[in-house]
Amino acid sequence: MAAAAPATGTVAQAEWLQRVGDNCLILGHRVSEWCGHSPALEEDIALANTALDLIGQCQLWLGLAAEVEGKGRSADDLAFLRDAGAFRNVLLVERPNGDFGQTLMRQFLFDAWHHEFLKALSDSSDPRVAEIAAKASKEVAYHLERSADLVVRLGDGTEESHERMQKALDALWPYTGELFMADAVDAEIAAAGIAPSPDSLKDGWLRTVKAVLDEATLAVPAEGWQHKGGKKGVHTEHLGYILAEMQFLQRAYPGATW
Amino acid sequence: MYAQLVKTEGMKSPEDMTPEERAFQDRIDRNEKIEPKEWMPDGYRKTLIRQMGQHAHSEIVGQLPEGNWITRAPTLERKAILLAKVQDEAGHGLYLYSAAETLGVSRDELLEMLHSGKMKYSSIFNYPTLTWADIGAVGWLVDGAAIMNQVPLQRTSYGPYSRAMIRICKEESFHQRQGYDILMKMCSGTPEQKAMAQDALNRFWYPSLMMFGPSDKDSVHSAQSMAWKVKMNTNDELRQKFVDQTVPQAEYLGLTVPDEHLKWNEEKGGYDFSEPDWDEFFAVIAGNGPCNAERLQARVDAWDNGAWFRDGLMAHAEKAEARRASARIAAE
Repeated sequence: MAAAAPATGTVAQAEWLQRVGDNCLILGHRVSEWCGHSPALEEDIALANTALDLIGQCQLWLGLAAEVEGKGRSADDLAFLRDAGAFRNVLLVERPNGDFGQTLMRQFLFDAWHHEFLKALSDSSDPRVAEIAAKASKEVAYHLERSADLVVRLGDGTEESHERMQKALDALWPYTGELFMADAVDAEIAAAGIAPSPDSLKDGWLRTVKAVLDEATLAVPAEGWQHKGGKKGVHTEHLGYILAEMQFLQRAYPGATW
Repeated sequence: MYAQLVKTEGMKSPEDMTPEERAFQDRIDRNEKIEPKEWMPDGYRKTLIRQMGQHAHSEIVGQLPEGNWITRAPTLERKAILLAKVQDEAGHGLYLYSAAETLGVSRDELLEMLHSGKMKYSSIFNYPTLTWADIGAVGWLVDGAAIMNQVPLQRTSYGPYSRAMIRICKEESFHQRQGYDILMKMCSGTPEQKAMAQDALNRFWYPSLMMFGPSDKDSVHSAQSMAWKVKMNTNDELRQKFVDQTVPQAEYLGLTVPDEHLKWNEEKGGYDFSEPDWDEFFAVIAGNGPCNAERLQARVDAWDNGAWFRDGLMAHAEKAEARRASARIAAE
């Protein structure tokens, strides 16, 4: 399948693929920070599994981004040798873990989007994109099932768990809008039939999110101000620290293979 | 492995045994498996709870030194492999807690004993992972030592423990290979990488030898555990086997085992080697290792900070059950 598509593509295509891959990489990194520190053994296992899926998806997306870019870089080069300004993930995924409720809520809000997004990619005009999306989609369906289930249980749990989940939702809500904001890159990708325009995914996302939050007895925040910048490389202060940690070995020992 | 210094009850001679105890020992001697609901001596049950609990705790505390490098793994592939491995360790903890529960102790009770310091975990996890090569050394040496102990435990007398061991051993051999593979890459890499690998071996060699527990002459609990087949080999037998297997692997990597007395002994068909510093071992067991306080605190914090999460899930389950009950009443 991959052979049928041209190896290299446009600048917008490479840029778009980096956005998709960087979301997986940075969220996978954040989730992996929980390793050994979760509130229950089952959660340690589930989070490691989620992180593993996301890192696996990132390898595929960044691998394709590197191929499309055609400058001889690898997925690892993209992950470990770009500075923060060249990262294209949305701000939501770099938000700090906070308490377990914030981590779960971030995961749920992202999973609900991720699921819509990957479903839509099954019709991509680029078979390589459709192929990765089909594989990732199975994993993400499970991520969503799990995070939605826990949001419901904790929202409708004790007074304290309800309060923590509502607080997490209110804090993260202003970072969800960026998932649906379209720019020139998105327009070019949509025109080429590679992916739908981000704003077209909002209704489906909102339906899922509202249904789950309703069952969780949590109040959906008002639309309000929405932060943006990640997709263009203007990040929060947090990303620099993530990269300082993640890229340490590659930066300290340039050219070494591991 | 991960079970060191497991206390057991005093060994009884056949004439001192009750008829029940005699019949039980006969079953063990015939290599029959003991299953959860069957009669067993109190001492057998207690010894197994201690041993399996210690083993389970070691799996979950063991996530910490390796988890320490997940966010700094040098490539995406290494990161994915390490994540998969640490996830396996948590899964091993889960099997073992479940197996221990068949003996009438809950996971929460076992965790309470870990958190209060009443139960231990393997001394090895109180050593820090300072470089990426340490992740290789942990896989190669620590998992290697664990396999050495766990392979015979697949034949242990307690059915649920034996079956857990069979599953765990399959995964552990993959873990050991990934550790060795990390070091292979580093040893054929830059001089800095090779130096890192040597340094990791220097720091992990003796702590790995300590994993098998004290020397047989000082191992007071072995005889009864071996009669019950909850322990299959002596500490020194396994340690010897481990050294014999590991030395050629170190040579293949081009690394030097940090023991000037290490020497092949033709007569015994194995290596002569230096004993680890047992004072250090007992100090680490007593809580004075480099990372004891941090490791235990991390586990206690995870538990305490997660109380609201577990309470929330319980409350929801109760609400859901109440709703189902009232729906049933309404329907009737």
